[in-house]
Amino acid sequence: MREGKRPGSFYALAFVFTLFVLFLYGPMITIFVLSFQGPEGGLTFPMRGVSLHWFAKLWEGMGVVDIAAAFRRSVALGAVVMAFTVLLSLGAGLAFRKKFAGSAVLFYTSVASLIMPSIVVSLGIGLQFRLIDTAVKALLESWGFGGLLEGYGTSMGLYTSALGAHLTWTLPFGLLIMLAVFNRFNPAFEEAASDLGATPWQSFKHVVLPLIAPSLVGVGMFGFTLSWDEIARTSQAIGDVNTLPLELQGLTSTVTTPAIYALGTVTTIVSFAVMGGTLALMKFLNRKKSKARAGAGHG
Amino acid sequence: MNSSPRKSGALAWLQATPFALVFVLFLVLPLALVGAVSTWRATDYELIPAFTAQNYVDVFDGCGNTSEMCVTLKTYLSTFKFCFLVWLITLVIGFAVAYFLAFHVRSVGAQTLLFILCTVPFWTSNVIRMISWVPLLGRNGVINQGLQGLGLIDSPIEWLLFSNFSVVLAFVHLYTMFMIVPIFNSMMRIDRALIEAARDSGASGWQTVWNVVVPLSRTGIIIGSIFVITIVMGDFVTIGVMGGQQIASVGKIIQVQTSYLQFPMAAANAVILLAITLMMIWGLTRLVDIRKEL
Repeated sequence: MREGKRPGSFYALAFVFTLFVLFLYGPMITIFVLSFQGPEGGLTFPMRGVSLHWFAKLWEGMGVVDIAAAFRRSVALGAVVMAFTVLLSLGAGLAFRKKFAGSAVLFYTSVASLIMPSIVVSLGIGLQFRLIDTAVKALLESWGFGGLLEGYGTSMGLYTSALGAHLTWTLPFGLLIMLAVFNRFNPAFEEAASDLGATPWQSFKHVVLPLIAPSLVGVGMFGFTLSWDEIARTSQAIGDVNTLPLELQGLTSTVTTPAIYALGTVTTIVSFAVMGGTLALMKFLNRKKSKARAGAGHG
Repeated sequence: MNSSPRKSGALAWLQATPFALVFVLFLVLPLALVGAVSTWRATDYELIPAFTAQNYVDVFDGCGNTSEMCVTLKTYLSTFKFCFLVWLITLVIGFAVAYFLAFHVRSVGAQTLLFILCTVPFWTSNVIRMISWVPLLGRNGVINQGLQGLGLIDSPIEWLLFSNFSVVLAFVHLYTMFMIVPIFNSMMRIDRALIEAARDSGASGWQTVWNVVVPLSRTGIIIGSIFVITIVMGDFVTIGVMGGQQIASVGKIIQVQTSYLQFPMAAANAVILLAITLMMIWGLTRLVDIRKEL
């Protein structure tokens, strides 16, 4: 199988694979190129000069939409989602190494969350927060805090309902990665640590954590990038302000200039930067890990 | 490790609680509310917690009429059609790509690299990937210009963009990854000796694929199918953007009703969508144990 002459099917499938990769990246490259369209250029080829005109337009804002503010909101939310995804998935991953009552229910709940139609989740969270609003308003009224009532808008927002909606999407990925990591994890390291007198906390901090750190970085990347692009679950569960992808979705039907491609290029660059940073960090942690192991071998 | 099972059980609970809490607050409770509200009454400005089946009756309003299909059935039919087409195409492409990666790429380095190449777009924005088809498929897009330049057509083809075609194309573009990854994962677990045994016993290439590789990749195929089916069933973003906001889908009905604050109707539609989707995957999940696959 692995040596000798390549069969004819290799060339056929290699051709299919190449076409598929072209299909994946071709359109992305097209809008990347078109986002540098000259000021006179339109949504399609030909290019009328090369410029950064549309990026400048983008930064001025598009119509009523403040792109820069939406950008900042999405970065901030992505960072918070990332932190929660790493911490909660790590906790759950550690818990799943032991037997505990309800572990099967928890596992299937998170898988269900992954495959639940997003619009249903979004509607549910939206409803929940609207009912919370109604209840809060009724309570304030009955207690006679009319003044507070005036200032009260909604409990829905970036760090309440939208954060929750994003976590229902990122946490299942985090858990699946942690389960895969711990399935391949050799418990001999920990046993050695505890034989040498390490407390559970010491063996977690000095043995387990360094070994799984690269995977945790990967979980963090899932958390950020999935949140950065999320639309479906956020759509009904966000209050007065929108995230960048939601603004973008709205712009698709109103904006008819290459500025929207410029926005595409910018968001894609952020995604790629996060991926690149993740890979670099994973490589760094892995190198540290193998160095530590080599050092231990000498000691 | 050395502690008593009860103590480690308590610790496990402590570690899993924040994770579990998120799902209780943002999944279980909201879904329960959707179920409850689907039976509530509503006026233009408030929800009234009083039981009624009227919302469900309204969803199927006019469906008893045999001469013309009602809106709900029509929408479901259209959604099923997308679902089937996208499932079939992503399965064929996903299987071919995964097969190539798993069985034809010989070095592990190249395998990893090509696998990452296939998955990178997953981490970029879906809407961007959708609108990136505009300069290719539009009236004055690359394809129409090319065909006109070659003299193959006189006027631009209209059905390339904002049509059923572009919706299916975008789905395949966005979600084939969900087929490739689980199928590739299953294929990598197949013992290569089995393939050689099949070949030594005189099986042709196709026979080996059909009788050995396909059955042994079953789990991956099913997991990928569940992803693709649930995504397409509940979609409203892709159908909205790529259909030029002209094509109906179940998800879109729910979205529109929510934006008009018709919550009980939206909830009733959501319950029905959920029931149908769950029935579709129930059949599939019975065939596989996901936890063994990690």
